[in-house]
Amino acid sequence: MRFSVKTMMLGAAAAALMTTSALAGTITINTDTSDPGPKGAFKYAIDAFQKANPDVKVKWNVFDHEGFKSAIRNFLTADAPDVVTWYSGNRMLPFVDAHLFADISDLWSENDLDSQLKSAKSAVSANGKQWAIPYSYYPWAIYYRKDIFEKQGIEPPKTWDDLLADCKKLSDAGITPFAIGTKALWPAAGWFDYLDLRTNGYAFHMKLTQGEVPYTDERVKKVFENWAQLVKPGYFTKNAAALDWQDAVPLFVQGKAAMYLMGNFAVDVMKNAGLDESKVGFVSFPTINKDVPRAEDAPTEMVAMAANASNKEDARKFMAFIAKPETQAKMNDILGQLPVNSQSKIADDPLLQQGAKMLSSASNLSQFYDRDAPAQMAKAGMEGFQQFMAQPDQIDQILQRLESVRKRVYSN
Amino acid sequence: MSTAAASASATAANLEQRRMPFWKRNQRRLAPALFLAPGALMFLVYVILPIFESIWISFYQWDGLSEMTWIGLSNYTELLGDPAFYTSLWNNVLWLVLYLLAIPAGLMIAIFLNQNVIGIRVYKSLFFFPFVISQVVVGLIFSWFYAPNIGLFPQITDALGLGKIAVLADARFVTYGIIAAGLWPQIAYCMILYLTGLNNVSPEQVEAGRLDNAKGWRMLWYVILPQLRPATFIAMVVTVIGALRSFDLVSIMTDGGPYGTSRVLSFYMYEQALSEYGYRMGYGAAIAVVLFLIMMLFITGFIWRMVITEREG
Repeated sequence: MRFSVKTMMLGAAAAALMTTSALAGTITINTDTSDPGPKGAFKYAIDAFQKANPDVKVKWNVFDHEGFKSAIRNFLTADAPDVVTWYSGNRMLPFVDAHLFADISDLWSENDLDSQLKSAKSAVSANGKQWAIPYSYYPWAIYYRKDIFEKQGIEPPKTWDDLLADCKKLSDAGITPFAIGTKALWPAAGWFDYLDLRTNGYAFHMKLTQGEVPYTDERVKKVFENWAQLVKPGYFTKNAAALDWQDAVPLFVQGKAAMYLMGNFAVDVMKNAGLDESKVGFVSFPTINKDVPRAEDAPTEMVAMAANASNKEDARKFMAFIAKPETQAKMNDILGQLPVNSQSKIADDPLLQQGAKMLSSASNLSQFYDRDAPAQMAKAGMEGFQQFMAQPDQIDQILQRLESVRKRVYSN
Repeated sequence: MSTAAASASATAANLEQRRMPFWKRNQRRLAPALFLAPGALMFLVYVILPIFESIWISFYQWDGLSEMTWIGLSNYTELLGDPAFYTSLWNNVLWLVLYLLAIPAGLMIAIFLNQNVIGIRVYKSLFFFPFVISQVVVGLIFSWFYAPNIGLFPQITDALGLGKIAVLADARFVTYGIIAAGLWPQIAYCMILYLTGLNNVSPEQVEAGRLDNAKGWRMLWYVILPQLRPATFIAMVVTVIGALRSFDLVSIMTDGGPYGTSRVLSFYMYEQALSEYGYRMGYGAAIAVVLFLIMMLFITGFIWRMVITEREG
């Protein structure tokens, strides 16, 4: 039997039609939620969604974090799922620009999300449209060992001078003031974010990450001068470049280090290692320049709909479901994080309640260096921060390099 | 049989042959081509075409998703002014030179193990063991060995009065640390190559050498080594290629860090083109082209030598 091109194409079209009809009522969700907390939260959301929509079948694929980052580029173009998790801010721009994420601005207006999810609207907006549903966010802060602070007779720092005095005291007692592991680069960026937010403020930090200020600017140098006050006396974990952030947690747990500037997700690890609320507390990064309003790093978690989704109707239902106050409350209860929806109830956890208060009273929230700055700038920048922490004297050379990267990245 | 009859039968055979179908007439000529075809096709699709495609992409600016923009040689000019590129290139040179140590080291172990004592097979397999385990595992083992707080290596340097040296966090030592990890399985590989080579050393020549009073180093240099030349050649090829494509260990042990000082070209290419913060396909392709040229230099050299020795032999 011989097929002509025409009959073959007809056959393919028929097969495609058949698969679509078979898929009606099915949505595919790809997430990078391989850790127990996020996985549990999505399991809850999907189960609850299916209970509310028995006619929709959900196919859920869980990827590990790193694998997801490379897989998403393939599956969004070739075999698109309906809903995916991704990072907010600049990290979603490539997919928006390549028309791989669907514009869901109408979903926002239809469901009154403009007011309910207002706090994270800018994080998922680009070109004046909304591209995702934010469902969770978490604070960054200085976590400290209450028991060690008590023993050394020091208070959690409120100002930069407090911080320097605390560090000196801890260091003299043979305790490393700050635990850190910079192998994955981003933990050093948390430090840069906070030092810049406290030294120059949110507006300047945004200008810098958007490429409008040169890295050789005096104000940027000032940030590193402040940083050097901690680096040069050795107030950070030694050889941090060989450690992942998890590798530095044991130092904190064993009391070899007394503070840790980290995201809220670290609390889970610390608790699992045996520290409870009587031993771990946190404090917002201390004031450096008192004229600068307090801003905080609070990265947002989100889900987006693929532009090539095969079942957009049901995918939109799911997205709207994720945006609901009840769903977000329950998901974040499992995650140990904060719901974005302003009508959601926050879990009773005291650290979380305190975090929510800290964020709601902040003047502005930034996403994180590698989400606020474009990927290539973020990579070069974070490498520079890592180098600075090992070789603070090289700062001029580092800033010169970052400046040349800035000129290239933002010119495209 | 008369000549006339013979020539008649020859003409008959000739006629017969002409009447044979195309396939029967050309079978001998076509068979090799047909047998080669599947392999050649694979090679064309998966090796040759991608090479040209990479060269092509290296003239573009492209993030892998949106439109490609032709930028001519800009990627290459940028490469020339990129300090990270020179770091990677220099590390590649270090890898090449130091990796070659695997050859003499493998030879020494092979000679040492080439004896008949009880349980020699066990010893041989123990020495061969690092080559069998995956590079990922080798990388992990060495990362733990070097780990600043829990590792054995900092304890050793501390005991020697050098202080706790965290190899993988120190820009001065990191590449050497990774090369040492890479040498471990590579030495085992060279050792196996030499062990098989030593099996084929002719006892007569050794005997003759003994009669001429050759011993120790002189015996090794003038009698044994020349007979091991094929093994040395293969060891050289696999070691050079292994050094140039050293990617997995760098990726596992340091991710190119601290601050990019342990990158090699293959890793830098991956980082630029495919990693989390990369997706500069054009720039990555330009690095790939440079790496390809370096490899071609060596591979052409090797093939050239192989052709010459085959002609002589």
